[in-house]
Amino acid sequence: MNTDPDTLTAFRQEVSAWLVDNIPENPGFLLPLTFMEVGTDEQLAFLVAWQRKVYEAGYLGMSWPQEYGGGGKPPAYQNIVDKELARHKAPIIFNSIGLGWAGPLILEMGTEAEKQRYIKGILTAEDIWCQGFSEPDNGSDLGNAQTRAVRDGDEYVINGSKIWTTHGPYSKYMILLARTNPETKSKYAGLSFFLSPMQAPGISTSPIQKITGEYGFAQTFFDDARISVGCLMGEEGDGWKLAMRTLEYERSVEGGQATNYKITAITSDDLIETCRSTQRDGKPLLDDPVVQDQLVQFIMEERNLLLNQKRGDLPDLCTDYPLSLMLSGKLEATELFRRMRQYAVSLQGAKGGLYIHDADALNGGIWQHAYFNNFSATIGGGTSQVQNNIIAEHALGLPK
Amino acid sequence: MSLGQVVKNLNADSMRFSEEQKMILESSRSFCRDTSSIEQVRQLLESPQGYDENVWQQLVALGWTGIAIPESFGGSELGIEAVVPIVESMGRSLSATPFIPCTLAAQVILHAASPEQQLRWLPKMVEGQVATLALLDNEDWGATTTTHQLSDELVLQGEKWFVDDAVTAELFIVLSQYQGSARFVVVERNQLPEGAIQAHALIDETKRSAKIDFTAVAVSADAVLAEENTQEILDDIKLIGALLTAAEAVGTTSSCLNLIVEYLKTRKQFGKLIGSYQALKHPSVDILNKLEGARSQVYHAATLFEEGKGKIERDLEVACRMAKASANDALLYAGDRAVQFHGGMGFTYECDAQLYIRRAQWSQQQFGDSAHHRKRLAPLLLG
Repeated sequence: MNTDPDTLTAFRQEVSAWLVDNIPENPGFLLPLTFMEVGTDEQLAFLVAWQRKVYEAGYLGMSWPQEYGGGGKPPAYQNIVDKELARHKAPIIFNSIGLGWAGPLILEMGTEAEKQRYIKGILTAEDIWCQGFSEPDNGSDLGNAQTRAVRDGDEYVINGSKIWTTHGPYSKYMILLARTNPETKSKYAGLSFFLSPMQAPGISTSPIQKITGEYGFAQTFFDDARISVGCLMGEEGDGWKLAMRTLEYERSVEGGQATNYKITAITSDDLIETCRSTQRDGKPLLDDPVVQDQLVQFIMEERNLLLNQKRGDLPDLCTDYPLSLMLSGKLEATELFRRMRQYAVSLQGAKGGLYIHDADALNGGIWQHAYFNNFSATIGGGTSQVQNNIIAEHALGLPK
Repeated sequence: MSLGQVVKNLNADSMRFSEEQKMILESSRSFCRDTSSIEQVRQLLESPQGYDENVWQQLVALGWTGIAIPESFGGSELGIEAVVPIVESMGRSLSATPFIPCTLAAQVILHAASPEQQLRWLPKMVEGQVATLALLDNEDWGATTTTHQLSDELVLQGEKWFVDDAVTAELFIVLSQYQGSARFVVVERNQLPEGAIQAHALIDETKRSAKIDFTAVAVSADAVLAEENTQEILDDIKLIGALLTAAEAVGTTSSCLNLIVEYLKTRKQFGKLIGSYQALKHPSVDILNKLEGARSQVYHAATLFEEGKGKIERDLEVACRMAKASANDALLYAGDRAVQFHGGMGFTYECDAQLYIRRAQWSQQQFGDSAHHRKRLAPLLLG
């Protein structure tokens, strides 16, 4: 498949034109900015339809193998699509746990039967996926997961509970980390990895109300739930290895996702626009030198992220701490966005006290909403504090 | 922010690193490691000239003084993008030579002098004659005019501050006011009266800089640089100066971080390596992240220099200012934490952390501190 610059430029234009014609009209209800914010049936129906439309146009899973429903093209194509989706501020492609984490993991480590069974449904959004890693008592300390899976003939009996299950109530499958052996010397060795159905006797979900006041994720309970032994991925004891690999996909340390477009970016451009249109002391906020200085600082940091990504592709410029750029992206991006959004709320004067349900809220309260939701990014997938530890230990080589 | 609205497409993420730059980076890194160990750096702290003449001559022999000068004057015509890896390496080893002032002085001659004037001075500079810039009347990098005067009779009047490596410089490129507008004037060392050079006592003892009184120095007409659009050239030179200082600071931040990491990996307190405490780990990661951002900015600016063939457009101005502001902040933070994390030892002159925090204070002021650049970025980015 051709990746010469002219072909790719033509492809970019084709995608851009398609998006202009096909991005749906504003549906009149609040659309999730990230895949972690899907909380109502109407949002779900809208996003399922949108994902299917993108897939049917050939713009999703372009680098996945054709025999399982992918496009069989070089990664450059999907990267272009992802960039165009972002540039056009398209609705997100929401089935991220399948598209971004479980899918690439199954393609890399799964059996032929698993690939045949699961990959296509991830792409069409027929099968929505969720993740069962964190537990109420074991969030950051994932290796200590206590949910039990006990072999009983052709089945495993699962008992325990998983929490922060994004898409939990809508999901058909879960990537589940459970303990098959509680007596191993190392806590990590007793873990196993399952591609578990969600619609099975003994599995139930209870929605959790989020800081934003909305729903969208859940606690999942396993009460003598029985799943087939065929759900075990790899061997018993492979759980930690597979979970770590999953996290590498989740944190984009490893490529191979069907798409990386899972959040609508709110950028410094949007912040500038807010400052242009908001008056303070009788003048646009954008004319205030104190505000200007902070905006410049944010733009510089945003540019750092972009340039770091570019430099990450040039190993000759990454010789000091070769792992650092790869490991720090999530921390830096999510923390910057958190600070920008918090700042955008602070800027609003008394309107900063209004929330999304108030018709007078600035831009529908998008900054308030986005600020709160951003905590899912600084906490989920490893908190910023854990990320700091990882970078300190793996990039700088500091002791545990 | 509405659905379907196309956001601005920033085409400002160019980043390349050529084989040539790679070779320059590798050879300059090993040269500086060999010629500027911490022991050597400390030995030079009290010497009046601040650097080792032998090292300077070796550096000249490697061709670095001519790297951004056209072949017709004996240089290798590679541009500022090839200077960046060299100064980064120098910063990494706290290597002291007059390389940055010489490079900047040569750029002034290249852009502001007539062909005859270029032929007179550039080959000598390629061969290692030390040249330096005399730009500031005082401490203000934001000043837009100079009070320094060149009279109709071509006699200079006034002082210049922060003239780097004045002790060994043979050529001084002086920013002056001539018949109502700014002009560069070249003064040779032997024109300076006894006592005209007064060394500043600098916070960074690896650097040398002086106050010079040029009053009553008479120059000939051919010492006045030909170009009349001095202000534009000056603006460009300040941006190049900012970028080179940023590149140097990035190198220094790297070695400062190495110093911190080494200490955190060996020092024990309360029975544990102090590097295992999150209170020290997390700020160390902050230093790393600031360093990485600044390094990206510096090499992005270098890439734009190469793309623009030396012409400075808006994107390059943005890149140079962001590089300087980011590098300032990275080194200031690294130097500050290096002292703190060394505990009691950090408070001593013997601890190498002092070299870094002192360099950080010096470096941030060269060609403008972070606020100076952010202030100038505001109209470029928010207009």
